[in-house]
Amino acid sequence: MLTATGLSCVRGERRLFAGLDLAVGPGEWLHVQGENGAGKTSLLRILATLSPPAEGEIRWHNEPVAALAEDYRRAMLFLGHHGAVKEELTPLENLTLAAQLDGTTLDAATALQALVRFGLRGREDLAVRFLSAGQKRRVLLARLAVRKASLWILDEPFTALDVKAVAMLSGLIEEHLAAGGMAILTSHQSMPLPNGKVLSI
Amino acid sequence: MHSVIAIIRRDLLLAMRRKSEVLTALFFFIIVVSLFPLGIGPESALLRKIAPGVIWVSALLATMLGLARLFAPDHADGTLEQMVLSPTPLGLLVAGKIVAHWITTGLPLVLLAPVLGIQFDLDRGALGILVLALLLGTPLLSLIGAIGAALTLGVRGGGVLLSLLVLPLYVPALIFGAGAVESHVSGLGAGGHLSLLAALLALAVFFAPWATTAALRIALE
Repeated sequence: MLTATGLSCVRGERRLFAGLDLAVGPGEWLHVQGENGAGKTSLLRILATLSPPAEGEIRWHNEPVAALAEDYRRAMLFLGHHGAVKEELTPLENLTLAAQLDGTTLDAATALQALVRFGLRGREDLAVRFLSAGQKRRVLLARLAVRKASLWILDEPFTALDVKAVAMLSGLIEEHLAAGGMAILTSHQSMPLPNGKVLSI
Repeated sequence: MHSVIAIIRRDLLLAMRRKSEVLTALFFFIIVVSLFPLGIGPESALLRKIAPGVIWVSALLATMLGLARLFAPDHADGTLEQMVLSPTPLGLLVAGKIVAHWITTGLPLVLLAPVLGIQFDLDRGALGILVLALLLGTPLLSLIGAIGAALTLGVRGGGVLLSLLVLPLYVPALIFGAGAVESHVSGLGAGGHLSLLAALLALAVFFAPWATTAALRIALE
């Protein structure tokens, strides 16, 4: 359960939002909506503990995230605008190295299975810079599938995806929610997923 | 520890795939060091005298070349964010990156130095001291350089700023590194200089990853 109370964010001289409250429980997801520049990405970065809020507090299972540090980071997966995918490495290497950075191990068979699921069969040994923008995003989706995290924080996850991949990602999020996971995401598309809440900033 | 080894392996793998970056610094070092004997002419006494300084200054500049790219690609593609969010402390991951940077830029300089030193008519003992001084000094260059690279991350025109920031901090390494060979040649023994270099390295090993981490966190906010 993630709760935040009285969050506010200041960028330079501008106050993007103030007094923001939110709560996401197991099996629920939060759709953050707002105009370009409203502070959606800033909110997600604050929730991911990448930047501190100007005011307010974030709690994970009723403990402040600042005190939890490592445990919170283990339970949370953040995917930002940039995919953290290395262009020179192959999708397979990207997946296994990302898992190792998270302090877990990922065997090649599981990684390969995830890549095949997202339609990257036969591309696993090709450097990512030879893939299209949509295929790069699919590598990220494979990462969502293999990383065990109960809270997903996704910034514009549907960018550059084709219809089929959008359906795959929706399916993936649905599975995650059904298993008791939580998700917070920004998107300009409407999403037909159960247990959704909308937060407009 | 597992993730630290993973990040070293990843950076070495990336360096292998982007060979040109590593080779540029290496060829720069070779060419600059080789230009001096060609320009000054075959006066072996003079060459022996300037050798340590020339090799050390070239090593500093060669290290500078790749420094701006230490964190910039990770910053641009979002890997740095993932490193901050990793359960492993960021300081350890940063230390891993510095180790990988030393293996790709510092270690080749150490290995090449004795070969290049022959052009300056250095004898076997002086070459040994030169290698030893570089072995202690080049990790120091990587460690100090990482602080500068983190501080100038995302700054426009960061390259020039990086040089202005880092080169003055390299001065102690230059003085004691080049001084070690000089004092060996003049018969005073290199022990004092090498000990000071080692002390600086020990200090930097503790201080630099911490300072780099703090600077990276500021850059990401």
